[in-house]
Amino acid sequence: MSETNLVNEIKVIVFQLKDEEYGVEVSQVRSIERMQHITRVPRTPDFVKGVINLRGVVTPIIELRNRFGIDVVENTDSTRIIIVAVGDMEVGLIVDAANDVVDIPNDVIEPPPEVVGGIEADYLRGVAKMDKRLLILLNLEKVLNPKEIKEIKSIEANG
Amino acid sequence: MEKNQYLDMFIDESKEHLQAMNDNLLKLENSPENVAIVNEIFRSAHTLKGMAATMGYEDLASLTHIMENVLDGIRNHKISVSSDILDVVFEAVDDLEAMVLSIASGGDGRRDVTKVVAQLEKIEKGERLEAQKTKEEISSTFVVKDSEQSSTAETYDDFEVTVLTQATEQGFHVNQIHISLREDCILKAARVFMVFEVLEQVGEIIKSTPTVDALEEENFDYDFTVTLITKESSVEVRNRILKVSEIENVEVKTIDINNYKSTNGTEKVTEDNIPPLKDTVEEVGSDKQTHNNEKNQEEKANNPASKTIRVNIERLDILMNLFEELVIDRGRLEQIARDLKSSELTETVEHMSRISGDLQNIILNMRMVPVEQVFNRFPRMVRGLAKDLNKKVHLEIIGAETELDRTVIDEIGDPLVHLLRNSIDHGVETPSSRLSVGKTEEGNITLRAYHSGNHVFIEVSDDGAGINRDKVLKKAIDSGVITKESEKNLTNRQVYELLFSSGLSTADEITDVSGRGVGLDVVKNKIESLGGNVTVDSVLGEGTTFSIQLPLTLSIISVMLVEVQSEKYAIPLSSIIETAIVKDEDILAAHNQKVIDFRGSVVPLINLTDFFDVPKTRDQDAYHSIVIVRKGEKMAGLVVDSFIGQQEIVLKSLGNYLTNVFAISGATILGDGQVALIVDCNALIK
Repeated sequence: MSETNLVNEIKVIVFQLKDEEYGVEVSQVRSIERMQHITRVPRTPDFVKGVINLRGVVTPIIELRNRFGIDVVENTDSTRIIIVAVGDMEVGLIVDAANDVVDIPNDVIEPPPEVVGGIEADYLRGVAKMDKRLLILLNLEKVLNPKEIKEIKSIEANG
Repeated sequence: MEKNQYLDMFIDESKEHLQAMNDNLLKLENSPENVAIVNEIFRSAHTLKGMAATMGYEDLASLTHIMENVLDGIRNHKISVSSDILDVVFEAVDDLEAMVLSIASGGDGRRDVTKVVAQLEKIEKGERLEAQKTKEEISSTFVVKDSEQSSTAETYDDFEVTVLTQATEQGFHVNQIHISLREDCILKAARVFMVFEVLEQVGEIIKSTPTVDALEEENFDYDFTVTLITKESSVEVRNRILKVSEIENVEVKTIDINNYKSTNGTEKVTEDNIPPLKDTVEEVGSDKQTHNNEKNQEEKANNPASKTIRVNIERLDILMNLFEELVIDRGRLEQIARDLKSSELTETVEHMSRISGDLQNIILNMRMVPVEQVFNRFPRMVRGLAKDLNKKVHLEIIGAETELDRTVIDEIGDPLVHLLRNSIDHGVETPSSRLSVGKTEEGNITLRAYHSGNHVFIEVSDDGAGINRDKVLKKAIDSGVITKESEKNLTNRQVYELLFSSGLSTADEITDVSGRGVGLDVVKNKIESLGGNVTVDSVLGEGTTFSIQLPLTLSIISVMLVEVQSEKYAIPLSSIIETAIVKDEDILAAHNQKVIDFRGSVVPLINLTDFFDVPKTRDQDAYHSIVIVRKGEKMAGLVVDSFIGQQEIVLKSLGNYLTNVFAISGATILGDGQVALIVDCNALIK
């Protein structure tokens, strides 16, 4: 990848949740795994599905549908776990399918609209419109903010 | 030379040599006549000098060099060992340590050492009859000195002189051969090898300078000297050597060994002429090879190659992770073999299981290191402290070979230093007051390490004054740690525990060593953060014992695996008292809390299915499996569905995303590749 590309384009992995397509930057993705046994971790927020053994490393798994308030469905053959690394955290995201890698020119990325599919705009980095596809770019730092876990926990405890 | 590549190795090895020097100097103090010890020290110093010079740390090299001169004097009985002299040598070693530390932290290793140098020189000159080396020579660098030595006459130690004398008696000539390689010679080591081969055809090589090792590693410029006993004439020898290409010049000198007998004696020592290490001054209880021994072997030219290598601990972690992968696959293979019912496959898989079991033990053991690594710096420290405080202290170390996980070893050094300082400062009395109460003048401090069950205990005990209960109480009340009213109800043990609260010190005067009220609380915090605990026991007038209990390792623990519905959980064996099966009617209710009567005490029950919100997959029958766990004196019964069994597991964290999950202290990977969570019993009991 040349220097100019770095500036003008970002490479993203495209995955699906319900009917929409999302993108995370390739540099943040460690691997894509098939669905496997997940050990539930009690007393954690609903969207934390549990932990898996990822080649000897215990890795937490998040149900992204749940995280974004989309109805959770049964896993299918195409369900994947995308392992992402943000800072010193490695976390797996359960998505409906992961099937594409695309380059997105920076100039097609628009700031996120106030509300997209019920997700608070905070989690979004922007929306990229390419041909007829609409790609929602995630802000993983926000999605994986550990503070969020605690807040949700305390809400649950109060409720 | 590419220095960085060797820097780490240089620093590590320098530290080892300094440690060896410290150890041996202490031994020397106890048995000043033992020349073998002096030789040991000399050799460490010599190696250090060589390394420092090679790395270009001139200050380090020249100080070592001057120290060597003094040691040489001691070895040749020109200087007699006294405490004063050793103090100066110790000081020099301290300076060397400081230099190495400076290098380690990226500095240039320079340091003003004129005072020590002057003292060393004074010792050297004052006591030696013939000061052979002038001052300029001493301050000149090692590199110059070395080449000078190799180009002038060789020197021999007693052993070599004997060999040479016998050879002469049997009609051999003793030839000193000085060989210079051409400056454009590329494969110096190869040429040296060829020369040696030629020489060995005609005679026997008694000695070479630099040593054979150094020559093989090309640690020399272009010249080297060998001593050969042969029946051939010197001209013949010379011609044979000159047949090897890339040789610039060969000088063959026949020498008369009688000249060496009286005068030169043991003037110079190189690595290969040290007598074998004697085990007379081993530390008590260290029955294994000590670290020192290993190091000595490393350098001995004729001994087999070193028995240790350095491995980055990260690599061991990676190895461990990879191995776990293997274990998981092994589990799957076992399953497949069972399903296929192929006896050949089953046999192979069983064999593999056995091997991987052995492999697991080895990998776990690799992370274990003897506590000696921490202990070996204490004798020196104790000596210094005792001198500063004008006390006489004898330190006995027992069980230095006890092994602990590397991660624990790295952490316990400081707490132990604290405890030792504490014992010397507060525990052991001054010589005069010891005599007045009928004890020996010299106080004894014992540092003892031993295994017990899944734990390692380290005890620091002294035969000093013991802890004065009233004094502790008074201080505690003065500093507001306890109130006057609560004073009477405290047991002795509870009073001693007060020592670990912050802001309390029983020393009457604040000294450099301790008494500022920071210390024991830090020790306690540190030990507890390692999953251990520290207790103190004392008899007034007879002494005090601090006892530290540590887990054997932070990464492997024994657990009991249990099933809760269809989920598996691991409960650390260290918190389990026992397991029990109770009937419905034995479960009582006390104010909405289910309890059982367990051996006379009422134990509250915690149903893990409810507590962990485990999805229900089983019907409850009339019998309940219960694990009784404890935290300190308190107990609780965990209701589970079935016991799977006891197992050693590798402790893993849940990662940085899931921190502080309530009542879960970590996770582990089971044989089938699935993750099981480890129950934190301490959180379950309030």
